[in-house]
Amino acid sequence: MTDHPRGDATRPSFYLVEEDGHDHGDDHAGGGTIVGFWIYLMSDALIFATLFATYGVMSTSYAGGPTPREIFELPLVALNTAILLVSSITYGFAMIAMQEGRLNAVRLWLVVTALLGIGFVGVELFEFATLAHEGAVPQRSGFLSAFFTLVGTHGLHVTAGIVWIGVMLVQLAQRGLVAENQRRLMCLSMFWHFLDVIWIGVFTFVYLLGVVR
Amino acid sequence: MSHAPTETSAIFGRLSLQSFPIHEPILIVTFAVVVLLGTGILAAVTKYRLWGWLWREWFTSVDHKKIGIMYLILGIIMLLRGFADAIMMRLQQALAFGGSEGYLDAHHYDQVFSAHGTIMIFFVAIPLVAGIINYVLPLQIGARDVAFPFLNNLSFWMTAAGALLVMMSLFIGEFTRAGWLNYVPVSNLQNAPDTGPDYYLWALQIAGIGTTLSGINMVVTVIKMRAPGMTMMKLPIFVWTAFCSNILVTAIFPVLTAAFAMLMLDRYAGFNFFTNDLGGNPMMYWNLVWIWGHPEVYVLILPAFGIYSEITSTFTGKRLFGYSSMVYATVVITILSWLVWLHHFFTMGSGASVNSFFGIATMVISIPTGAKIFNWLFTMYRGRIRYELPMMWVVAFMLTFTVGGMTGVLLAVPPADFVLHNSLFLVAHFHNVIIGGVIFGLFAGIDYWWPKAFGFKLDRFWGKIHFWGWVVGYWVAWTPMYVVGLMGTTRRTRYFEDPELQIWFVIAAIGVAIIAVGIAAFLIQIFVSIRNREQLRDTTGDPWNARTLEWSTSSPPPPYNFAQTPVVHDLDAWYDMKAQHAERPVSGFRPIHMPKNTGTGVILSALALVLGFAMVWYIWWLAIVAAVGLLAVGIGHTFNYDRDYHIPAEEVTALEDTRTRLLAQPAGATA
Repeated sequence: MTDHPRGDATRPSFYLVEEDGHDHGDDHAGGGTIVGFWIYLMSDALIFATLFATYGVMSTSYAGGPTPREIFELPLVALNTAILLVSSITYGFAMIAMQEGRLNAVRLWLVVTALLGIGFVGVELFEFATLAHEGAVPQRSGFLSAFFTLVGTHGLHVTAGIVWIGVMLVQLAQRGLVAENQRRLMCLSMFWHFLDVIWIGVFTFVYLLGVVR
Repeated sequence: MSHAPTETSAIFGRLSLQSFPIHEPILIVTFAVVVLLGTGILAAVTKYRLWGWLWREWFTSVDHKKIGIMYLILGIIMLLRGFADAIMMRLQQALAFGGSEGYLDAHHYDQVFSAHGTIMIFFVAIPLVAGIINYVLPLQIGARDVAFPFLNNLSFWMTAAGALLVMMSLFIGEFTRAGWLNYVPVSNLQNAPDTGPDYYLWALQIAGIGTTLSGINMVVTVIKMRAPGMTMMKLPIFVWTAFCSNILVTAIFPVLTAAFAMLMLDRYAGFNFFTNDLGGNPMMYWNLVWIWGHPEVYVLILPAFGIYSEITSTFTGKRLFGYSSMVYATVVITILSWLVWLHHFFTMGSGASVNSFFGIATMVISIPTGAKIFNWLFTMYRGRIRYELPMMWVVAFMLTFTVGGMTGVLLAVPPADFVLHNSLFLVAHFHNVIIGGVIFGLFAGIDYWWPKAFGFKLDRFWGKIHFWGWVVGYWVAWTPMYVVGLMGTTRRTRYFEDPELQIWFVIAAIGVAIIAVGIAAFLIQIFVSIRNREQLRDTTGDPWNARTLEWSTSSPPPPYNFAQTPVVHDLDAWYDMKAQHAERPVSGFRPIHMPKNTGTGVILSALALVLGFAMVWYIWWLAIVAAVGLLAVGIGHTFNYDRDYHIPAEEVTALEDTRTRLLAQPAGATA
């Protein structure tokens, strides 16, 4: 802070005099956004917590329909998990490039991340289509409703992340690594890794636990 | 009975001429009045060429003070609607005895009580609380705005869009009949194929986005934007309570959003979350909505506690007794509020141990709450109490709320709850704490901070009628409900067999008439005060000789709140500044960095409203258009990098010079 208090040494000062170009605008925009985005992610985590809890309650409500062991294709889901985990690493590379100010490397890694994300969503849609083909539709039982909603909500988030990467690519092309874009890439980074963490919960809690049950 | 057409046309969805209640006389008259009033207001705005001014200065404003005032206007308008529902219920229950069926059939009565609860909590209490927090919180921490000014504007308009959708259900189609939390199985598709639950769900999802964003915004504001020197234990107590309230908001609204989304999937896509067959689990819905619902009570009451604390301290002329115990009590209540939701359905059958846990957790909350009551009493003890309007509300609150707290502890005993469950005793309990706690607090806050927002005090005479109307009216209306509730009378009942009960409902109807006098006096109070504003004017910015920073700036504050950011040395920062004769800076002003206004919030909320309406009526093409529009406008907004500007130093100097001149005048206008 370059602000200095007004008044002499004998009495406490009660007002700050701000110097030109160092006013409050900068520090309340930057740090606040990161904290705010963290809090948003926590509230989003609570949406997932609610969906996990609901899945926990309904995970055996088969209503005579298919059970996890019958419908889950573990190798396919393991592949998808690997794709998503790798996409987190590639996003990390984008952030390292950003710190070094290498715009083209940032764009390249973002494109790689988005492609992996598209691959993940594609595999998930293929899985959903296969399940529907076998008659395992969300309308069939409470278990399937909870399964499709939990996994689908995660998939929607990944889709939103892909769109966001697309928007960032345009904005990077327009303005480069300006402070606003760096801040946005930081937020997107948190978002992308957050989805990875959620997915680890989904893979463990839904798929692995479902198959051993 | 139900107007829901089964056919869905490609252009109008389920909407048809039958959707409009043209054969309901009450609704026709209401509609006529709304149209007349609405046309009158629109004509007046057009005649005096106010549209541009409204758009530039208010609708698109990102100034937390203006957004706060808009929240308050929304809350007061919706209060009139919610109260009209209350009058209808009281009248029906006073009439429908013996041979008389009253004037409302069950189909409408159920909509009225559902709408009353929904509106009073989501569109009266929440906007009024959000409005006062919006206005006061940034001023109290010495900030120039909130952390995310655009989101703040968007939050308000999302809430307004939700309110508008609920109001539309009055004239187009119908509202839910499943109670204020839209309970399954009543709201399941098979039991309610009409538009009612869909209106409810879309209105609250849209408004809920606004409330969640507002919660995040306020939490970050308190964390990041406090004036230098203001450590957490020097926060004004209202800021502490608002902070905890908004932490609760960000933690509970996602649960409600998820629960409502699941019910939407049930209703729109045939999922089986809360259905009675195919593995659905209706009690899961009850658990989820009450995991939101109980903390929500504290979202509302904590800021009210903060308001009472500020007022008690100001009007007794003393530092708040037990500040740190007040902070700890607030935090403890915040945490405990998550651990009690099951007491809303002890009768679910979760067993003795589970019920005991939740019963005891509920009773434990009365300990920090009781500590607060004693803190207020000890603050008043040996103080020089000035019985201005806000202080009168504080005393009425302490007497009324304590009774409500005690009946709450009574209901927390699971065996007692099995007897009192779903009775009017319960309804009397929560009206006791919400009217006696939240509503009294909001009125106290409006009386207290009005001079800050508008530069003149509210009229005392009409304020007193407002006060006595509510206090006396509350007791006359709700004491009979405690009595008949203890006798076993159930809630949400439209007709009673036993004629001996009628007298209690007649008394309650008289009570609601007394409250009506109070509400009318409130509107008259505002009108008279605006008319007599010159006599009621305050030029000092500190009409109550108060203690916190919002009173250190002018009334109304300039757009930037503080020309130079205050430095805090003491809990009662402004009192400290006055005591030490801190000199207000009169020169050396710098340009001030401020956020620009934007219309994006209004446009996004309008599109959300269209999306909600289209989904309620199954007008798929319109829903798709609105959804694409939401995405396009939302993403388009991120391409705007030019979001702030500087107020030039000359403008700041001119505004501050005006204040210097006003302060130099002999203190004639102050009390």
